[in-house]
Amino acid sequence: MKHLIGLEHLSEEDILSLVDLGLRYRNWLEGENKQSLSILKGKRICLLFYEPSTRTRHSFELASRLLGGEVASFSLAVSSVQKGESFKDTLLTLESMGFDLFVIRHSISGACLYATKVLQRAGVVNAGDGMHEHPSQTLLDILTIKQAKGTIENLKIAIIGDILHSRVARSAIFAFTKLNWEIRLCAPPTLFPKDIEKFGVKIFYKIEEAIRDVDVIYVLRIQRERQKEQFFPSLEEYSRLFSLTDSLLSLAPRAIVMHPGPVNRGVEIEGIVVDGEKSLILEQVKNGVALRMAILHSLLGEE
Amino acid sequence: MMDLLIKGGKVIDPYNKFAKTSDILIKEGEIQAIEKGIEADVPSYDATGKLVLPAFIDLHSHLREPGQEYKEDLTTGALAGVAGGFCALFAMPNTSPPIHSKSQIAYIFRKAENLPLYVFPIGALTLDMKGETLVPIGELAEAGVKALSDDGMPIQNSGLLRNALLYAKMFGLIVMLHCEDKSLSERGVANEGFTATRLGLRGMPKSAEEIGVARAIILSLATGCRVHICHISTKNSLELIRWGKKMGAPITCEVTPHHLVLTEEALEGYDTRAKCNPPLRTEEDRKALIEGLLDGTIDCIATDHAPHSREEWDVEFDLAPFGISGLETAFPLLYTKLVEEGGFPLDLLVEKLTFAPAKIMGLNLGSLKIGEEANLTIIGTEPLKVDVESFHSKGKNNPFDGWTLKGFPLLTICKGKTAYERRNDL
Repeated sequence: MKHLIGLEHLSEEDILSLVDLGLRYRNWLEGENKQSLSILKGKRICLLFYEPSTRTRHSFELASRLLGGEVASFSLAVSSVQKGESFKDTLLTLESMGFDLFVIRHSISGACLYATKVLQRAGVVNAGDGMHEHPSQTLLDILTIKQAKGTIENLKIAIIGDILHSRVARSAIFAFTKLNWEIRLCAPPTLFPKDIEKFGVKIFYKIEEAIRDVDVIYVLRIQRERQKEQFFPSLEEYSRLFSLTDSLLSLAPRAIVMHPGPVNRGVEIEGIVVDGEKSLILEQVKNGVALRMAILHSLLGEE
Repeated sequence: MMDLLIKGGKVIDPYNKFAKTSDILIKEGEIQAIEKGIEADVPSYDATGKLVLPAFIDLHSHLREPGQEYKEDLTTGALAGVAGGFCALFAMPNTSPPIHSKSQIAYIFRKAENLPLYVFPIGALTLDMKGETLVPIGELAEAGVKALSDDGMPIQNSGLLRNALLYAKMFGLIVMLHCEDKSLSERGVANEGFTATRLGLRGMPKSAEEIGVARAIILSLATGCRVHICHISTKNSLELIRWGKKMGAPITCEVTPHHLVLTEEALEGYDTRAKCNPPLRTEEDRKALIEGLLDGTIDCIATDHAPHSREEWDVEFDLAPFGISGLETAFPLLYTKLVEEGGFPLDLLVEKLTFAPAKIMGLNLGSLKIGEEANLTIIGTEPLKVDVESFHSKGKNNPFDGWTLKGFPLLTICKGKTAYERRNDL
């Protein structure tokens, strides 16, 4: 594997082997040895972020350092051809500096696949492209679920929130479909993309029905701009109809609660749930470093 | 002016309901005879096994001059046209600045005199195509335009559009409408459907086009102004046009070669060369469009030739402009995919590219008439690979690059002269 662009075209076998390697790194992170490794010794990793990011960027950076790689980080704005340097020229320029791998976050869907066509030699990891995919997020989520549940067989997951604009939701649907999970999606109709049911997912408009007896409740962040664009009348109404509250949790006694962050407490999820015993939100963050070590190892490490 | 005897080609002229193997004698640029066994002491062209057709007419080309010569200019656009078998192109007015004065119209007509084919400028409808203020429509009519259009920047205000139609009707002008309710499609880059959902692309719903089509029909009925509906792409647009024609609305419509051949799946891999507006739709729509040609609901085929520079389309998907540089693949694509592979009648395809568009615009072109200037194209039927680098157009944004197609023009005669002859090494 040279690039990691998305989970849609990744085999189940590749997904599981990345998760298993992530699990090994998670154990290593928990262990006594705090010495960095040298798996990426002499490798140069470029973090190229065209959108703000806290956890993804820092976890890739930390993962690179823990594996002994050289890492440089750039935050840029998407510019059209007329204004400033194009994405293509930026990539070619940075590749000339000798980077082996680009970890790219971009506001436009397909930008990471485009980067693979521009670059002559270096690999690409998609750290989130527009509304398309966020593969490392879903991989760390599978790792978290496997850790908590002890299995990834026959699971039921409810994903609640802005499916339309969410790259996390798309990666999740692509991967969970391959794992044969039952996928339930819950949102107002305005926040579903067209023909989503063709993935074989189940559509719900009532959160209490969507989460009943599921193994995992996955809550998506709701952007405040969506209210301004009138996908729903108000944040209050969204919250009243779709927020995961503590009292709802009794409908799914087995369920663990996950969220890709950053959370809007009191909007899509009640604060007490974020901090509650069912919540694995901070576990997800820890696993983020481990899983990203696994990705970098798989793409750049010696066999 | 040329003399030429075209021997043994299959001559198809739907206007005259003629489809036979025949010779054609051209003397001093005029067609002298169409019959078997002509003998004449003039240079001859062996067209055995080839098609001889009236040259095509495109009602919808973006030739980019003035102001965007880095994308295309009148000369390269005209060369692309004759290489595609065309003898007349209607030039859309979204240039820089847009075409809305007598002097700009005169400039294009004057320049077109020395081009190998006919160019008919279309005037804008509103100043800078902003949909706010009407252009001096009377002045443009006097300067010789046959049609007006704001094309890709359709007037959103229905009251203004109604006035534009009423006023344009006074001069007998045709108003060409790109139908799109922008409030539904704004920021969209692909058909709203499964492909856009998978790829995470912002959707342009079919309803955006269909509301625009319905509005165009209703305002055409209300004003009596002739409206030509550009590049329809959905099944329901077609149903609306059927209804409009039944109601007696003075409407015509066109479809593009790419909407007849491709679906939204062509965007796989984020191919910006297949990004167009209206977007490529679904297989159901594509089949309905072919049906619409067969039953006569769709009046003609137009290319929507929209050349762009490589710097513009070799970018991230959302940043790429809409449009396909299509003049040089239009006929081979339709001949191969519709006629050869789909059983579509060849004479109907030729009709939709020749006298059908000529009739809409009232042109005396699109057929082979004895005693009149020769405008025809000779088509080879051997398979060739599309190579955008050999295009005459500056626009290499064409999703059919690398496809093997049949039906490329070998020789195009326009204005009674040889306008194009395909190089043997291509």
